[in-house]
Amino acid sequence: MKPASFEYHAPDSVEEALGLLTEHGWDAKALAGGQSLIPAMNFRLARPAVLVDLNLIDELAFIRRNENGGGDGGPGPGGVRIGAMTRQRAVEKSELVAELAPLLTEMMPHIAHPQIRNRGTFGGSAVHADPASEIPAALLALDASCRVRGVEGERWVRAEEFFLGLFGTSLEPDELLIEIALPGPRELTGCAFREISRRQGDYALAGLAIRLTLDVKGRIQEARLAYLGVGGAPALAASAAAVLIGEKPTATVVEDAARTAAGELEPMEDMHASAAYRSRLVEILTREALATAAERASGSG
Amino acid sequence: MSSRYFGARIRRNEDEALLTGRATFVDDVQLPGTLHAAFVRSDLAHGLLRGVDAAAALERPGVMGVFTAADLGEYWQPGPLLVPPAPIEGLTFHARTQVPLAREKVRHVGEPIAVVVAESRYVAEDAVEDVIVDLEPLEAVADVRAALAEGAPVIHEDLGSNLAAHAVQTKGDYDAARATADLVLGRDFTYDRGVSAAMENRGVLAQWDERSAQLTVWDTTQAPIPIRNGLASMLGLSESQVRVVAPFIGGGFGPKIMMFYPDEVLLPWISMRLDRPVKWIEDRFENFFSTTQERGQLHEAEIALSSDGRILGVKDVFVHDTGAYDPYGLTLPINTQCTLLGPYDVPNYYSEFRVAFTNRPIVTPIRGAGRQQGVFIMERLLDLGARELGLDRAEIRRRNFLSPDAFPHDHEILFQDFAPLVYDSGDYEPALDKAIELIGYEPEGPVQSEPGGASPAEDGGEGTDGEDGEGSSRRKRLRGTGIVSYIEGTGIGPYEGARVRVEASGKVCLVTGVGTQGQGHFTSFAQIVADQLGVGVTDVRVVTGDTREFHWGTGTFASRGAVVAGNACHAAAVAVREKILRKASEILEVAEEDLMLTEGVVRVQGVPDLSIGLGELALRSNPLRGAVEPGTEPGLEATSYFGPRRGATASGVHAMVVSVDPETAMVEIERYVVVHDCGTVINPLIVEGQIHGGVAHGIGNAFYEELDCDSEGQLHNASFMDYLLPTATDVPPIRTAHIETPSPLNPLGIKGVGEAGAIPVAALFAQAVEDALKEWAPGLEVRDIPLSPNRLFALIEEARAGGGEEGA
Ligand SMILES: Cc1cc2nc3c(=O)[nH]c(=O)nc-3n(C[C@H](O)[C@H](O)[C@H](O)COP(=O)(O)OP(=O)(O)OC[C@H]3O[C@@H](n4cnc5c(N)ncnc54)[C@H](O)[C@@H]3O)c2cc1C
Repeated sequence: MKPASFEYHAPDSVEEALGLLTEHGWDAKALAGGQSLIPAMNFRLARPAVLVDLNLIDELAFIRRNENGGGDGGPGPGGVRIGAMTRQRAVEKSELVAELAPLLTEMMPHIAHPQIRNRGTFGGSAVHADPASEIPAALLALDASCRVRGVEGERWVRAEEFFLGLFGTSLEPDELLIEIALPGPRELTGCAFREISRRQGDYALAGLAIRLTLDVKGRIQEARLAYLGVGGAPALAASAAAVLIGEKPTATVVEDAARTAAGELEPMEDMHASAAYRSRLVEILTREALATAAERASGSG
Repeated sequence: MSSRYFGARIRRNEDEALLTGRATFVDDVQLPGTLHAAFVRSDLAHGLLRGVDAAAALERPGVMGVFTAADLGEYWQPGPLLVPPAPIEGLTFHARTQVPLAREKVRHVGEPIAVVVAESRYVAEDAVEDVIVDLEPLEAVADVRAALAEGAPVIHEDLGSNLAAHAVQTKGDYDAARATADLVLGRDFTYDRGVSAAMENRGVLAQWDERSAQLTVWDTTQAPIPIRNGLASMLGLSESQVRVVAPFIGGGFGPKIMMFYPDEVLLPWISMRLDRPVKWIEDRFENFFSTTQERGQLHEAEIALSSDGRILGVKDVFVHDTGAYDPYGLTLPINTQCTLLGPYDVPNYYSEFRVAFTNRPIVTPIRGAGRQQGVFIMERLLDLGARELGLDRAEIRRRNFLSPDAFPHDHEILFQDFAPLVYDSGDYEPALDKAIELIGYEPEGPVQSEPGGASPAEDGGEGTDGEDGEGSSRRKRLRGTGIVSYIEGTGIGPYEGARVRVEASGKVCLVTGVGTQGQGHFTSFAQIVADQLGVGVTDVRVVTGDTREFHWGTGTFASRGAVVAGNACHAAAVAVREKILRKASEILEVAEEDLMLTEGVVRVQGVPDLSIGLGELALRSNPLRGAVEPGTEPGLEATSYFGPRRGATASGVHAMVVSVDPETAMVEIERYVVVHDCGTVINPLIVEGQIHGGVAHGIGNAFYEELDCDSEGQLHNASFMDYLLPTATDVPPIRTAHIETPSPLNPLGIKGVGEAGAIPVAALFAQAVEDALKEWAPGLEVRDIPLSPNRLFALIEEARAGGGEEGA
């Protein structure tokens, strides 16, 4: 379990890092917290010839209020921006995140263990795009935007366009994820996160992040249900959302949506859970998370 | 003899070094010029080895050698048969032991084909990829039932089939008993295999010193002396030229016994050839293939009961998976066969087993060593029998316990140590009563919520079912209780030895041949000796696991360290005490009866000024002038050996309360109680530690650990990412209570405890989960271990679909 040999660079600016990635193309990989990449290298499943370590690039580690908005072509104003190299633990403990994106605060402790969150980064988890990971699901539910930069320039990508299937994103090999912008709390909106795992800190057997927005009459106006651990990619459940739109979140509607979600997602089967078992978990978790989100949206939870 | 330490709850002498990271493990031994080995392993479970081309690997800078079976010449020999089979009448047994490097064929994934030696492990692993192996795939058989089927691919061709062994042991006449039974209940059970998952993997460092013609091997073995003896004979060296050191070891659990693993055999040979130290440290991935595993068995079992729940007889026919080779003989299936009888009076018994070769890693004992399976079968049969008869689960056990005056009790079959299965002593009912009291078991079982009902209002306080969580996201929680009994044959022979010496400092050195892997030997052995010699427990320096220090012995396994080595320590200490008193009586001119030995000083009773310290006595026993008289020896030293006639039978009762979420099939252990009898307790703290670790191990086996192996023998979860071990949050606090029925088979009355905690946990899980679900999923039976939530979900679905209206 020793990695194949590789060349190692530790630039201290984004420009320098991008230069190296451009120079080496597919042979290079960025190194963030290393909590996914290093194990893959030790198993020799990943064998980058060049490693570009981002850990010295201070400008990529921050959590700040999204005040200017629009100034850099990004979303906002409002909400919070989190630099790609911000440690997961910092996000978990941040008061600003608790205020502006409480879903993350609720969710972060479910990622691995404190030791891993101390090293693992917010951006690294997004780019890794593991379908069983929490952060991609939260970014989908919250309709987050990712700021991506290459030597040629930069672009903002909405989460739905960022995640492209199993371990896939729309990031080019010579691009870096710079930061992620999350919209702030909205009126009549409630979020919830639920997952089930075998042991504290394991990847979930199934889980979801939800954002639910009601109209003034208490009917569901928008529902974003993003699942993890269920299919081959971080995914939104469109049919379940359709069941909800325009309805009040009664127990019957919630049940109906939960069953629809269980039906529309095609859970994978592995040693830890059969497809039938995953479907059932999806149903249970959806029911629970919807109920919680609805309570929160209506101010009663 | 004052008894200040024996039986006392004292902290472990070794913990400071262990906890502060200053203890030496094999990988901590750093020798200049060390080379590092990595193995080319088979990626097929079954195949013909057509050729190995190492040319490219040899050209890689930093590579010092690549060795294949062909390079080994005469040194290539199948490993020893470690335990010959017990002399059971009518027995069939075919020994096929593992080879150092595959020669004509490979028989399991991960079997070593070549070894690469290089300046670093990194280079060695790069070079492993350079080696081209020409393997012709053969059809593989990974499933033990398929292995014995007609037309299965044959793993050892010369045998013509995959049958490694067949044996029948009987007592009384089962068929006759069956004919008189009120209830005959038969079921099939499976117990799957797993890995031992020691925190420290295996490792070997071999150093041949040309000048002194000495070979030193640091090895994570549980049995350094047999390894020394074996290596000396294989390498044509005198035993005095070979030193095997088993330093601190991060868990043994069985697979680190004297296995003569390929690495253990090859590294010394390579070190001699290259005249350089060579190290191999097993990584976690390799461990899933290169270290032995255990527990795969399929049982077809049947119990014959009278209407009042008395066992009239048991019949059990099982298949045991030994993997690709069977170097450990029949220890495992015989342990299963014997342990199944448990603490019960079973007048008629028919037990038949077949052992099958499969294309999977080798099977040898892991903590519990076949006993888990036996206990699982018997306890399950009793649970299901009780259910059928409408009897309480604790009551059916009570009715069948051997009574305290039934000892010694002869079960009329042979145990793994070739001796008849005779229980030395025991008293089972008090343990059951104590467990019932501690767990709060009520015979009718805990109150259940309405099956499928929407609203048990209670919040799930102690002892009742309830719901979890906030608002409408509540989860249902059904409680269940389990209570099971077991026995464990421990502390088998042949023997161990110990040498005790008082040094001129007044401190004591205690040396024994067993290895130690975390059992607390540095403390329990010291306690035994300290009491005899009237010194502090920290004044006894314990040396274990170094063949240069002690020549004779076997090793640490079968819960035998405290029983066998412990009694040897005791005997040696008694002998030294006699020498001390004799010498002191000469010097002080006082009769021995008037002397007291406390706090490192021999004193004369009633004469406070007249005394002599142990250090002074030690000096005076090693005179610089004059002669050692005939019939005497210098020094305050003695060496003694102890070998029990047969094993001591420990026993216990485990109980637990689980709560099951019937929808998610998640199980949480709320309370866990262990009442156990390991004879006289040397140190309750250590005994409890052993039990806690064992229970954690058992919880892993029962509910978390699972090897995802396909029919081709390919393993899909060779990492702790998917091979789940229970963590601190999955193991509940454990309450323990001790019952002591001293063993009459050794002077200290000790029985072993190392494996006890792990043995009954699967049986307990099964019962408790069934109890929790008895109304939600009527008729649900747990017959297969491990029981993951995934499996439990399927069982619940099945029971609710088939269970009709009650469950709906
Ligand atoms: C024992 C264990 C348990 C875990 N459990 C969980 C869990 O329950 N849930 C979960 O979600 N995760 C879990 N993880 C994974 C953990 O969260 C990782 O930290 C995370 O997935 C990757 O983040 P990282 O910073 O470590 O990235 P790295 O491992 O350094 O990189 C991951 C990938 O992203 C790329 N990358 C990283 N940053 C950038 C960037 N800014 N721009 C472009 N590319 C980039 C790298 O090139 C690489 O391909 C676990 C990890 C371990 C070791």
